[in-house]
Amino acid sequence: MITLTDQPFEPGELLSAFAKGRSETGAIATFTGLARAEQGATRILELEAYPGFTEAAIGQIAAEAAARFALDDFHIVHRIGQIAPGEAIVFVATAASHRRAAFEACDYLMDYLKSRAPFWKKETGPDGSRWIEPRDQDHADIARWETTKP
Amino acid sequence: MARVLLFGRLADVAGWRERQVEAPSISALRALLSGEDDALAQGRGGPGVQVALDQAILRGDAALSARSEVAFLPPMSGG
Repeated sequence: MITLTDQPFEPGELLSAFAKGRSETGAIATFTGLARAEQGATRILELEAYPGFTEAAIGQIAAEAAARFALDDFHIVHRIGQIAPGEAIVFVATAASHRRAAFEACDYLMDYLKSRAPFWKKETGPDGSRWIEPRDQDHADIARWETTKP
Repeated sequence: MARVLLFGRLADVAGWRERQVEAPSISALRALLSGEDDALAQGRGGPGVQVALDQAILRGDAALSARSEVAFLPPMSGG
């Protein structure tokens, strides 16, 4: 399942709901990303999406992850709109038979969400606003998956 | 008449996010937008800017119809 929301969410509740009623899943891994205050440099984060296109692109990334890691299931929740420091921006849960696949799929999904999912992120602080673009590290993170096939 | 969408920093640079523009093709649309706004032309020419036609990434040129939707997408950053 893929959810874009402009409302704050509670990662613990999402995990409880995701874990419920599974008899064949042996492992669930989750990742929660939070908005940082950057020592007061960031007062608000703004996430923009392209309705329809963003969901489709995430769907494609998730389908690739599901096939590559033989996932039982996944849940991706991503905030859009204005986000305050300390709030969750992204939640990823992956379910698989064994832990390695669940961990790796979670890692893979986050790397692709970071720099391949159609979101645009603006930081606003006391010194004004700036658009965030992927860093070299984000590109290097993606490259790990493109050179190593399981 | 195509519906043109700008995202991220491109919308800030241009001062608009959505407009109807009369252009027969992507290349004609690019030329038209560049002609009226230098800053937007430079922004669109920047590294990593992609174009989507009807919500699919496009490389190269394509004809536009009255119902076409063209989006200019600067480098993406989620999470």
